[in-house]
Amino acid sequence: MDVLTLSRLQFAIVAAFHFIFVPLTLGLSILVAYMETKYVRTGDEQYLRMTKFWGKLFLINFAIGIVTGITLEFQFGMNWAEYSKYVGDIFGAPLAIEATVAFFLESTFIGLWVFGWNRVGKKMHALSIWLVAIATNLSALWILLANGWMQHPVGYVLNNGRAEMVDFMALVTNKYGLLKFGHTLLSGYVVAAFFVMGVSAYHILRKRELEFFKRSFAMAAGFGLVCSVLLAGVGDFHGSNVAKTQPTKLAAMESVWETQSGAPMYLIVIPDPKHERNAVEALGIPKLLSFMSYRDWNAEVKGLKDFPPDDRPPVMITFLSFRAMVGLGMLFILLSLAAVVLSRKDRLERTPMFLRIMLYSIPLPYIATQVGWLVAEVGRQPWIVYGVLRTRDAVSTSISTTQVLGSLIGFTLLYGFLGVVDIYLLTKYAKKGPAA
Amino acid sequence: MEKYQAIWFVLWGVLWAVYFMLDGFDLGAGVLEPFLGRNDDERRVIVNTLGPVWDGNEVWLITAGGATFAAFPAVYAELFSYLYTPLLIILFALIVRGVAFEFRGKEEGAGWRRLWDAAIFVGSFLPALLFGVAFGNIFQGLPMDADGYHGSLVGLLNPYGLITGALFVLLFVVHGSLWISMRAGNGVGERAQALAGKLWYALLVVAVAFLAYTKFATDLYNNFMFFKVMLVLPGAAVLGLLGIKVFQAKGRPGLAFLSSCVTIVMVVFTGLFGLYPRLLPSSLNPAYTLNAFNSSSSEYTLKIMTVVALVFVPIVIVYQILIYRVFRGKLSVEDVKGDTQAY
Repeated sequence: MDVLTLSRLQFAIVAAFHFIFVPLTLGLSILVAYMETKYVRTGDEQYLRMTKFWGKLFLINFAIGIVTGITLEFQFGMNWAEYSKYVGDIFGAPLAIEATVAFFLESTFIGLWVFGWNRVGKKMHALSIWLVAIATNLSALWILLANGWMQHPVGYVLNNGRAEMVDFMALVTNKYGLLKFGHTLLSGYVVAAFFVMGVSAYHILRKRELEFFKRSFAMAAGFGLVCSVLLAGVGDFHGSNVAKTQPTKLAAMESVWETQSGAPMYLIVIPDPKHERNAVEALGIPKLLSFMSYRDWNAEVKGLKDFPPDDRPPVMITFLSFRAMVGLGMLFILLSLAAVVLSRKDRLERTPMFLRIMLYSIPLPYIATQVGWLVAEVGRQPWIVYGVLRTRDAVSTSISTTQVLGSLIGFTLLYGFLGVVDIYLLTKYAKKGPAA
Repeated sequence: MEKYQAIWFVLWGVLWAVYFMLDGFDLGAGVLEPFLGRNDDERRVIVNTLGPVWDGNEVWLITAGGATFAAFPAVYAELFSYLYTPLLIILFALIVRGVAFEFRGKEEGAGWRRLWDAAIFVGSFLPALLFGVAFGNIFQGLPMDADGYHGSLVGLLNPYGLITGALFVLLFVVHGSLWISMRAGNGVGERAQALAGKLWYALLVVAVAFLAYTKFATDLYNNFMFFKVMLVLPGAAVLGLLGIKVFQAKGRPGLAFLSSCVTIVMVVFTGLFGLYPRLLPSSLNPAYTLNAFNSSSSEYTLKIMTVVALVFVPIVIVYQILIYRVFRGKLSVEDVKGDTQAY
């Protein structure tokens, strides 16, 4: 393999690994902050116990999210030096702003929250976890504005042999980035909701700390339902924005080969990229794809054949990932709806089957967020900045295959080890319950 | 345009200086943790003095990196890809160190704790050393020209690179021991203070050697010949260094720690003023040197980033100082044991 392939593989691994931990941080910080606020408001000790128990799990997860984030900032310069030189003028800004505005806030106040229980007042303590939650979400905003720029570059001119920023507001109000922010944020909230519901289900099944875990479950169920519905809604807007801005990605997501007006959406499709067609297309809903993409039943949807092969993304991965994401998204709405109903009627203990389903559903939102990123990033190929710079032209020229192979192996081993330890600790403390 | 490029050179230097001043003590304390703590309880006290602050300290590195990217993209690209392997080692070290703080106390077994103690040691020592080696090599210039970079990891470990590495390690270890002497109870603090006094002599020797060697290995002193007034920077560094010893001997850990803050900041400023306006000099051909004027972002981007930095960095400084104030005073074994949320 060459430096380009190895670097792409490495970026995929370090970004995907980082994003195992980020979504839970995004959502659980808000849930824990809410629990602590309830405690401060009501004085109910149960909320304090909830804050501490879920807070502990939050922190075990948080640590890896933080340290693996540093890798990503270094990656652009280390492996993608040509990219960094070409777009640093506009892409560097949101990253630097993220550190200054958000990451400082998050990392400073997490210290106060963890170690400050006996050093600051209750309100200040609750405020510190809110600041962490806000900062985490703000952090995501700047990162996704940066990614949004790679997807749909705005506010720049090509000058001095590079992309130079001419309109900061265009970068900040880039609809692509903002929709991606909303979509990613909500997906993180769903991850957290299912995590809390799943861990709670485990304890309810064993009839342990029933009051504690039923209350946690109810809170997460409501949160999960609202967020999974909004997630699908924002996802739909995001999709139609992709249709406008990234026609090749949309065509790959749906595996559309021929350009057509009033394009149907097929529920069952088996792509056959080799022959530039679909081997199977069944259960078509007429004109739905046109409507979903352009809000117009007769709109023209561009097929992949309209683009030179060199401009098309890998169809199979993009298509399958998109289908998996959407399918899982629908499932989350159904499951959290059932969770809200059963929890409200206080029938959770009598539906062990459902509790087991919720327990084993913990990984599903994680999978959905991962495949969602595959759609976003693989679907953008062969571009690193859509329509502006190709991935193959972005890789560092001064690094060797040996170096990148070495670092790739290093990352895989280190991250593998950390992943195992983290899951071990999370499971241990999740099973222990609040008594410990 | 030149004005903003100069401003960003200064801001770039300030970010690195603050980073080394802050992460310096937790890297140093991390190096000492397995040795200064005689048993697990004492080691826990040391780790818990770092607990509330190490993460916020490390963000100064992220910001220094992000600022390099935003203000001097070409420097960011070349520095990071040329120094690929040492940066990778720093990265791995910081990763294991960060999780070690969090994971160490999550399991009782002695083997588990020893594993993470080792991770804290290695994860603190390597960045301290390699940041020094990296800056030593930047001071000398990197072998780079039209064909790119001609150096190697082994090539970086030249005598001047190594002595700068040793300087950083000793600066940070003294800094870390002064932090522990200020924050740790149960006799750990006293031992750290005594250790700082002994390590200071080693630091003095290496600092003198570094200053002398700098004359021969680099041209950092040239700028000072033109702007003699800037000799206040190395002067303040020397005063700081003496202050460490004076206050350490008098048993004033707070002032000794402050002196070592001054020393570190002034050492970084001295080096970077000597470098100005260069950020990444070429040792082969000055035509390929990257400086603030040939490697920066556009004026528009620099202006935006200046506003962001001038508004938000002071805010960050204020709340970080407040956090340090919340966590002042000595931490004892009993404090740590009584806190279920502690590391």
